[in-house]
Amino acid sequence: MLKDEDRIFQNLYNDSGADIESAKLRNDWSGTKEILEKGREWIINEVKSSELRGRGGAGFPTGLKWSFAPKEVGSRPHYLVINADESEPGTCKDRDILRFEPHKLIEGCLIASYAVNAHKCYIYIRGEYFNEGEKLQTAIDEAYKNNLIGKNALNSGWDLDIYIHYGAGAYICGEETALLESLEGKKGQPRLKPPFPALIGLYGCPTIINNVETVAAVPTILRRGAKWFSSLGRPKNTGTKIYCISGNVNNPCNVEEEMGVPLKELIENHAGGVVGGWDNLKAVIPGGSSMPMLPKEICDNMKMDFDACVENKTGLGTAGIVVINNDQDIIKCMARIARFYKHESCGQCTPCREGSGWMWRMLERMAAGEATPDEVDMLFDVTKQIEGHTICAFGEGSSWPVQGLIRHFKDEILERNKFDPVVKKQKNIPYLVDQHLLEKENA
Amino acid sequence: MSIKKIHKEQPETFKFNDKSMEAANKIVSNYPDGKQQSAVMALLYIAQRQNDNWIPLQAMKYIAKFLDMPYIKVYEVATFYSMYNLSPVGKYFFQVCTTTPCMLRGAYDLVKVCKNKISEKENVLSNDGKISWMEVECLGACVNAPMMQVNEDYYEDLNDKKLEEIIETINKNKIPKPGSYSGRINAEPVNNRKTLLGNKNA
Repeated sequence: MLKDEDRIFQNLYNDSGADIESAKLRNDWSGTKEILEKGREWIINEVKSSELRGRGGAGFPTGLKWSFAPKEVGSRPHYLVINADESEPGTCKDRDILRFEPHKLIEGCLIASYAVNAHKCYIYIRGEYFNEGEKLQTAIDEAYKNNLIGKNALNSGWDLDIYIHYGAGAYICGEETALLESLEGKKGQPRLKPPFPALIGLYGCPTIINNVETVAAVPTILRRGAKWFSSLGRPKNTGTKIYCISGNVNNPCNVEEEMGVPLKELIENHAGGVVGGWDNLKAVIPGGSSMPMLPKEICDNMKMDFDACVENKTGLGTAGIVVINNDQDIIKCMARIARFYKHESCGQCTPCREGSGWMWRMLERMAAGEATPDEVDMLFDVTKQIEGHTICAFGEGSSWPVQGLIRHFKDEILERNKFDPVVKKQKNIPYLVDQHLLEKENA
Repeated sequence: MSIKKIHKEQPETFKFNDKSMEAANKIVSNYPDGKQQSAVMALLYIAQRQNDNWIPLQAMKYIAKFLDMPYIKVYEVATFYSMYNLSPVGKYFFQVCTTTPCMLRGAYDLVKVCKNKISEKENVLSNDGKISWMEVECLGACVNAPMMQVNEDYYEDLNDKKLEEIIETINKNKIPKPGSYSGRINAEPVNNRKTLLGNKNA
C-alpha cells in the first residue's frame, strides 16, 4: 500500500477543509513563485521526465502535450482549458478534487498556463456539478484576493485569469474538441482532427486541454521532484492515481493509490471486498464504462496501469472500477450501458448515431432471451462497423464494452438466446419466409 | 430522457429581471470581445432559473438578441443539452440516475418509489403539483450510488425507504438535507478507511 505521505490529494475525504488556510497547511502554494522562476523549459522538462500521463482517459504524456504549444505567442493568444466535464459512468474523482482540493487545481492552472504561455484559463465543469463549481469559485476568489492569480500573480510578472464555464449535461463535451465547441457557445459536436487544438483550438487560437487530476497533480510533482513521482509505479506508468471503486462492493470509495496496484488489492483492501466474497465476482469494468470488461480469471492477477490494461485488451481509462458480481444479469448491465451511449451520441456521424441505438436494442432483446444465436455475431459485426468510423473516440467508447461482453461472455448469451425464428421451422408458409434463409437451405 | 418537447402554452414576453441581468452581464464579460456567443449556455441556465426551471421560446429569442446571434443557434443549443427543460417541471425536480453503477446498487428501486409516490409516468407532476421526476444518465457520483439530484443538490447512498422519507419531508414543505444518507462522509469507505488516517485523527 502507498505510504500516506506519498499521496498527492491529502484532503480527498475533506478531513481538514478546502479553504486557503487549510490548503496552505497542506503545502499548497508553497514555493510556487520559485517554480515559475525556473522557467518554461524547466517546468516542461520536469513534467516530461516525471512521465506523467493524462488522467482523463487517453493517457497522453502531459509534458509532451505542453511542448506542442507554440513557443512564441503570435498574433493569437494562447488558452488553457481544464476539462472537468466528468461524465464517464463509474468515475467521480474530479468531483472530489473540485470540492476538496480546489487550490491544487488553481495552482496547477497557474503553472500550466505559464508553461504554455496562456493568460486565460477556462475550467469547463459539467452543469450538474453546480455546488462543486460554487466551491471552486470561492477558492478562485480567495486566490484573487491573495494575489495568487490575477494581474502579476505572486509578483512573478505573469497575468492569469481563471473563469468557470458550466456545461449542461452532455457526455460528449468531455471530448476535447466537443468541449471547445461547447465553450464557443455551440452544440457539442466534435471537430475533425487535425488541426489539433494545440495549434487551432478555442476561437481558432492555440489551446492546451488537460484533465483536472492531471493539472492538480503538477504542483506536487514539481515541488517534490520528477524523480519522486517516477519512482512510484513502473516506467511509462508512473505516479499515483485516484481510483473510484463502485458497484457490488461492500464499501464503495475513492482512493488514491500507486499506479500498477493489483486490482484485487484495491477491491479487497480498500473497498471491503466483493459483495458475497471474491468468488462471487463476475466481471469488472476497469476504466469507466467505455472500457471492455474483464472476467474473474483475469481480475485475479490484474495490475491497474495503462500498459497492463492494454495487455489484457482493455484500458485504464479514467480508473473508474465498476464491480459486477454473480447476482447481477451481466447482459442487462451492458444493455444499460448501451442505452447510455445511445442517449449521449451527439448525432454527427451516422455509424455512431444509428449504431449505438442498434446495439442497445439488440442487447435488450438478448437480455430478454428473444434474439437468435446468429445475432451475437451480427452484434459483434455492428460494433466493428462503428469502431474507427467516427470523428471522435465515442465510436470506440460505445462499441468496446459490447465487444468485451461478447469476448468474455458469449457462451452465456448463446445459452439464453436459443430462439429459432418461426420462418425456419415452418417454411411452407410462403408469406412468412425470409427468402434468403430459404435459399441457403435449398441450395 | 430530458424534456425536449416544446410546451404548448408559451408566455407572450420574456425579459431578464435585474438579478438575472447582472449575472448575465458578468458572464458575458468573462469572454473575449466579439465572442459573447460563448455565454449562451450560461444565459439559458439563468433564464431557466428565473422562469421556474423551464425555458420558454421567448427567452431564447431574447437571449439571441442579447448576444447578437441567430435565434436558431440558441434553439440548437437549448435542444442539444439535456439540462435545459423546454416544458415546465415540478418545483422539486427529481433526477434519478439509473446508469449501470447506480443500477447495480438498486437505482430501479428508487424509480419504483418515484412511480408510486410521485407519478406513474416520468415528467408528470405529482398530485399536489410540487414534484416531478425523471430517469437521467450518469450524474458522476458513482461511489455514492444510488443517488439522485433534486434541483441543484445531490442526495447520495439512498435506498427506497430513505427516498420515501425525502419525499415526505418535501411534502411537509421542508427541504431535506443534501449529501450522503448512509452516515458516511463524502466518498470515504464506510468503517473501513485505511488511508490518510493521520489527517482524520488530526
